[in-house]
Amino acid sequence: MCALCGVLRNEHWADEGGGRRARVIRTALLERVLARFGLGVREWAGQYVVSDGKGRSEVADDLASLWAAAERLAGRPLDPLDAGLVEALAP
Amino acid sequence: MTTPVSIVTGYLGSGKTTLIAELLAHPALGETAVIVNELGEVGIDHHIVSKIDERTVLLASGCLCCTLRGDLADELRALLDRRDAGEVPPFRRVVVETTGLADPTPIVSTLVNEPLLRHHVSLDAVIATVDAMHGLRGPESLKQAAIADVLVVTKTDLADGAPVVAELNRLNPTAEVVEASNGVTEASRLFDRASRAPDVVAARDDQSQAEVHVHDGDVGAAVLAFDEPLDWLGLGVWLTMLLHARGEDVLRVKGFVDVGADGPLLLNAVQHVVHPPLHLDAWPDDDRRSRLVFIGRGLDAEALRASLMAFAGR
Repeated sequence: MCALCGVLRNEHWADEGGGRRARVIRTALLERVLARFGLGVREWAGQYVVSDGKGRSEVADDLASLWAAAERLAGRPLDPLDAGLVEALAP
Repeated sequence: MTTPVSIVTGYLGSGKTTLIAELLAHPALGETAVIVNELGEVGIDHHIVSKIDERTVLLASGCLCCTLRGDLADELRALLDRRDAGEVPPFRRVVVETTGLADPTPIVSTLVNEPLLRHHVSLDAVIATVDAMHGLRGPESLKQAAIADVLVVTKTDLADGAPVVAELNRLNPTAEVVEASNGVTEASRLFDRASRAPDVVAARDDQSQAEVHVHDGDVGAAVLAFDEPLDWLGLGVWLTMLLHARGEDVLRVKGFVDVGADGPLLLNAVQHVVHPPLHLDAWPDDDRRSRLVFIGRGLDAEALRASLMAFAGR
């Protein structure tokens, strides 16, 4: 139960398990991905806050809604197969 | 304990109703409730048959594949309530028959995501019938076959099923393909699948490298195998991003993922609808590699591999 909105929040499959450490690692990867599109992200109270360079931000409950928010802020599709992104992330 | 639900789909005239009628006559499949779109065709007295009127609810953020079928959810809840109240004979499983032109994805989405339903039912399998005489017919038929767990090639008493079986194996290497002659097939291969070891991907995948089988136009299957364990957090980020960007084109993702644990993680997604990943205690065979099958339009296996490795390689 979410104390703020009083509704049941279903944890998204990709956000399940791993606790605090997993969230930190996941958010670090998201930072690297979203930087490619001129966006930033931070984790706040189990949610993601996505922001652009113009001071706009959106809150996303889970990874699925994070991509929709990021796409709105970036104003273009965010494709994981983008060759530049893949090159930037490659170990 | 959830009640397993099987979805039976298939193109118009491909033998869905005949198959269901034959299966329900099978002694092992007693205690089955059937939800059909057209009453009158599956007239099996000792089974509970109810009719639903299609009513879909489009989620604010959703595309067509993420719609919830409100009619189906209502019908299922009512059936479960009536069973629990002793108003209908007890049943152990539910079979939902779709219309011939239906996209089964909203039904999958309803079973997996509907908040009041998902703790009471579980998707056992999507079963798609394909007629041996005509094979796949049009985009609806192609999509039904692409997302199926079991493909039943029907009417093999009227035509040789082998060419259609080969075509289906190429299109959907994750599915088990069985043949039915005059509606008769092995019921045990179609139902209660959740209790069995998920060995289908392992049985079919002998490719060590990416391979795309191009089918009708641009739809095909890409099979990827990875020798090293994948990082689960990176895979989750990657898959959610991929399905958001290309969920209309990625019809199906299924496979085993080696996340460095004793057993693999079973991943199963139908377009944007991702089943909760299942941790298995042990691998089903000696092959311990991650094996992922993607079925969709315009898939570039090498691009998928490079991208996934960039996100989830260790």
